[in-house]
Amino acid sequence: MKLKLLWLTTALALVAPRAIGKINVVATTADFAAIAREIGGDKVQVTALAKPTEDPHFIDAKPGFIATLNRADVLIEGGAALERGWLQPLLQGARNPKISGTAPGHVQGNAGIKMLGVPATLDRSRGDLHAEGNPHYLIDPMNAKIVAANITEAFCKAESKSYQFYRANLKAFEEKIDARMVEWQKQMAPHKGASVVAYHDSWPYFAERFGLKIELFLEPKPGIPPTPSHVASLVQKMREQNVRVILVDAYVNRRQADSVASKTGAVTVPVSHFPGGVKGTEDGYIQLVDYLVNSISQALAGAK
Amino acid sequence: MVFCLSASAIQAQQTNEVDALKRQLQEATEKFDRAQQEHRKIIDDLNRRLDQVQAAQTNGVRDPSVPAPGATNTVEADQSGLTAAAAGLRVGTRGAYMDIGLVGTFAAGTSTASDIEGGTQLGGHDPNQRGFTVQGVEATFSGAVDPYFRGMANVLFSIDAGGESFLELEEAYLETISLPGNLQVRGGQFLTEFGRHNPTHPHAWAFVDTPLVNGRFLGPDGLRNPGARLSWLMPTAFYSELSLAVQDSHGETAASFRSSGHVHDNEAGEEVPLAFRHADNDRGLKHVDDLLFAPRYAVSFDVTDTQTLLLGASAAFGPNSRGGNGAGDTDTQIYGLDFMWKWKPTKHQAGFPFVAWQTEAMWRKYDAGAFDWADEEEGQIIDAATGAPAVLPGETLNDYGFYTQLLYGFRPHWVAGLRFDYVQGEQGDYERMNLTLDGEPLGRDPERAERWRLSPNLTWFPTEFSKLRLQYNYDDRKGIGDDHSVWLQFEFILGAHAAHKF
Repeated sequence: MKLKLLWLTTALALVAPRAIGKINVVATTADFAAIAREIGGDKVQVTALAKPTEDPHFIDAKPGFIATLNRADVLIEGGAALERGWLQPLLQGARNPKISGTAPGHVQGNAGIKMLGVPATLDRSRGDLHAEGNPHYLIDPMNAKIVAANITEAFCKAESKSYQFYRANLKAFEEKIDARMVEWQKQMAPHKGASVVAYHDSWPYFAERFGLKIELFLEPKPGIPPTPSHVASLVQKMREQNVRVILVDAYVNRRQADSVASKTGAVTVPVSHFPGGVKGTEDGYIQLVDYLVNSISQALAGAK
Repeated sequence: MVFCLSASAIQAQQTNEVDALKRQLQEATEKFDRAQQEHRKIIDDLNRRLDQVQAAQTNGVRDPSVPAPGATNTVEADQSGLTAAAAGLRVGTRGAYMDIGLVGTFAAGTSTASDIEGGTQLGGHDPNQRGFTVQGVEATFSGAVDPYFRGMANVLFSIDAGGESFLELEEAYLETISLPGNLQVRGGQFLTEFGRHNPTHPHAWAFVDTPLVNGRFLGPDGLRNPGARLSWLMPTAFYSELSLAVQDSHGETAASFRSSGHVHDNEAGEEVPLAFRHADNDRGLKHVDDLLFAPRYAVSFDVTDTQTLLLGASAAFGPNSRGGNGAGDTDTQIYGLDFMWKWKPTKHQAGFPFVAWQTEAMWRKYDAGAFDWADEEEGQIIDAATGAPAVLPGETLNDYGFYTQLLYGFRPHWVAGLRFDYVQGEQGDYERMNLTLDGEPLGRDPERAERWRLSPNLTWFPTEFSKLRLQYNYDDRKGIGDDHSVWLQFEFILGAHAAHKF
């Protein structure tokens, strides 16, 4: 009898915990997770697979993620091949029809987004190009509204009785974005057309939204680490064009960016696409954009 | 449910919005029609071209602009399909149709050993000679078959030390997408999920060659055969999976079972122990025991935020070749334990830095049935004491071995590795007998004798699609001596590259 009880408790302890009554949401990266929390509130339990400080292109397909995905009601992926290197084997192992391919619980984040940087021809000698365009679209707050709507739709389908709740949250999120957008644009207005260097070509959407020119990169080609000759020509171009700000993603090695900065008198700004990727952005998406707009506009103002 | 979003939209909509929507619908319809016409044109064009080519071929004249038929033709044709994708046909993007990839792996180097292929190097796709080796050119095809299955095939081309070309069907199977109860069924030809190394394709290995214990116990090409596999993802908080594969137990890719002992049809490559050679392994399938059964259990969890552990236990049970001669059925049992620990900081660039430690240990129990070489016409082993064909006693042969490897990704695109291999077999009665083959005395079976190897290496990945690897092997074979080998491996990947498992 006692043994039986012991077995039962052990079995219960081992069996996956499930938040009762909550939608189990898995997002590939922290930015999608943040927006899912805005929409789902306390009716969802959100897990992000990649940590905000990790390079989202290179996440290990850890078996633990298979167990996580197996229990998911909704999966939010960025799409556009961002997770190409790791998500597929996880989904195959997870055998969860709720989030497989075309299921309503599988949110393709980029649905309805106008993709930038779609290559005219696919040729890997130009570096690691994404056939469907640059996958770092969520950093444009206008795109965040589209993603939020996509997520809302999936939540409504997963739990239709709370649709008014999700819809209200979507509306509130959209209004917050619209209100902040006025402020953000005001802050960035003096820097229209300013040129900024980035490590990796992951900021075209931000550049387009706020009128920046981000066309110089530490990487000679997407995914290719900086070479001495490329860095030399970059330094020269920065001097010629008087470019004084370098965006450095939180997960890249700062050494090269710092060395370029010291040669050109530029400042480096630690940036991230993911809430929590840089200190002080843990609270969510809007706080992240606040941080980016503040730090980039300050750096540009100081560089003048 | 459907009105969730649209309901709010309807509430907010004004009549002029209806007009706007109508206009948008009309525009979208026009756009769709235009796209359809364009696609029709492309299809017609391709059809016309196909007709021309076929006509040219039936006339025995080949259009020089069309690739020659043959194996490489398929690949080229498919690549042009991928280019068409970029032009707007979208064939092969988003995994909608078939993903096609090609991996070419080569090696160059030298060794002090005179018996590289099957001697120092036990793997069928290891560097096999001084100079250059084509380790393998793998073509991979994969995709969803329909809403119920996904399919994958892996065909490998290689050239052996003798210069002869081989085409191997490494894997080709279909797998269920959504069976209830967390179950998954795979059917076809596949690599047996035994430990970590066996189910991994050569291009994903961290070293130039196969670990000794894998080469010895599971065969030069790994354990793989036609069969079916059922796996169950257990409903635990952590990853925990139980699986059972049932496969054929005969053929050259079932080395410790009913293998013929002729690998790659190469007479010189008789890489199974003398005691395992047999009279007859064509007895077919008479009862269910004649199949190979391979259960596996794997469990994984995060020890901390930055450390992951994966543990597995595997086994393979099946009949072996010595059982077909009236000696009664004899079986082989192989047991394996595997361990993988990986550290990766929460902040990493392109997956670096990392440290990964992987170890696999195996034990093989081979029931060798009594065997009279008089029953064999060729390749007879003679008992020197009597001068007559040897009569081998029935006995159980125990072998064990392990490898342990440490990888350190010390900066983006660079990995340093160190591997230690060890294998040993308990001396069998047949090794104590005074036997000769072609007049040469036999003693300790070189395929079961103790040996070890130490292999440091350094790998540079210019991108995830290419790699360059330098490896040194120090081999010590008991009774044969020590050898030094240096191999430089280079590899390219074209087309689709399936994501790697953990």
